[in-house]
Amino acid sequence: MPRVAFTPNLQRHVACPPRDVEGATVREALDAVFAGNPKARGYVLEDDGALRKHMNVFVDGRPVRDRVTLGDAVSPGGEIYVMQALSGG
Amino acid sequence: MSGTRGERFHVGTRKGIFTVAKVGGAWQVVEAGHVGDNVPIVMHDPRDDTLYAALDHGHFGGKLHRRPAGGGDWEEIGVPTYPDLPEGVEEDTDASGRVIPWTLKLVWSLVPGLDDQPGRLWCGTLPGGLFRSDDRGDTWELVRGLWDHPDRKEWMGGGADWPGVHSIAVHPTDGDRLTVGVSCGGIWVTEDGGASWACRADGMRAEFMPPDRAGDPRIQDPHCLVQCVGAPDRFWVQHHNAIYRSVDDCASWQEVEGEPTHFGFAVSVHPEDPETAWFVPAIKDEHRVPQDAHLVVSRTRDGGETFDVLRNGLPQEHAYDLVLRHAMDLHGDGRCLAFGSTTGNVFVSEDQGDSWTCVSTHLPPVYCVRWEGRASAG
Repeated sequence: MPRVAFTPNLQRHVACPPRDVEGATVREALDAVFAGNPKARGYVLEDDGALRKHMNVFVDGRPVRDRVTLGDAVSPGGEIYVMQALSGG
Repeated sequence: MSGTRGERFHVGTRKGIFTVAKVGGAWQVVEAGHVGDNVPIVMHDPRDDTLYAALDHGHFGGKLHRRPAGGGDWEEIGVPTYPDLPEGVEEDTDASGRVIPWTLKLVWSLVPGLDDQPGRLWCGTLPGGLFRSDDRGDTWELVRGLWDHPDRKEWMGGGADWPGVHSIAVHPTDGDRLTVGVSCGGIWVTEDGGASWACRADGMRAEFMPPDRAGDPRIQDPHCLVQCVGAPDRFWVQHHNAIYRSVDDCASWQEVEGEPTHFGFAVSVHPEDPETAWFVPAIKDEHRVPQDAHLVVSRTRDGGETFDVLRNGLPQEHAYDLVLRHAMDLHGDGRCLAFGSTTGNVFVSEDQGDSWTCVSTHLPPVYCVRWEGRASAG
């Protein structure tokens, strides 16, 4: 199962422990996490489900390219990191 | 030309340029210019006593202005302009697929060349550009060696939506050797005037990246980089996650434990003594205010082994000043130090920070402080 981990900076606002979840894409994996932690969703995603402008998601160390539908593929042993972009100040 | 001691400095703010000088024994604002305009950077060129200022007009874009020696009128000069995209390329994107516009978004840094390079200026911009002028800013040319480097695609925005070149250090005896700091793109070095570049940020770490990318030199966020004029193989960096020093011409970087915190933006180094440097620490990185609301400057005299926390004359209760990366400057005399804050406070010291005089508590938010005079009294 892919593992999803969140930036420590987010923990100040909402607890987001790392989770191992089912999912073949970033969207599926994040949906699985947010199903059990709905408050966290609004800190990471816009209302329409796109990644917030000043958030970054990495899959196995590489930034995702699809920031809107989050369709980047994730392997079964993949690592997803949800980080705070430094852009935006 | 100013004397060997700091006499006058310029403060670039959200709402104009304010000149500070010592008059009748008291430091005071003696002149205001471009009032109402956003001034991200000011630069005094000691070679011909010319003053330069970048203005960010928002709706109307970034511009550059120049004022001759003696305080004549400001004139608008050329501004860095990005070239057209290569034939057949519809858009330039970074590693995340974000579009990188080939157009000037901000003039972020400005430094003069050496005495044997009359008219040469270097300018750092957003997005991620370094430009060169050989005619005192009338015309500018993008340094393609850095812009075309494939690793530029790995850079990210730091404090802005696009990466930017904020620090440019020209080697004091070889004007073709430049060291530049990029947020977030690491430290880049050229030894051939900009034709070829190497990233030299080994040893730095980025907590804002996944663990396996934290040591990637190409995504580091050096907030500010300075080079010791008298010992040009020695550098200091205030980084997003730590203070770093290099004693080997950026081949490696060693982390230094700052006091009272390791976060901040500004750094100054003594022009002759590479062991002596100053910082303005703040609580990291989501807070960005002084620790315990006490505004302090920290100074090391031993290469970062120990720090003096300097507070004499600085506000010690309910102070929430943040000092941005260009907002502290040390005069070439090695003694006069000045800084300004986002709260609009400006302070000056004539004794290396041991004591401070408040110049103003009500200027607009300060982006930049620059002394007149040479980088070194020598």
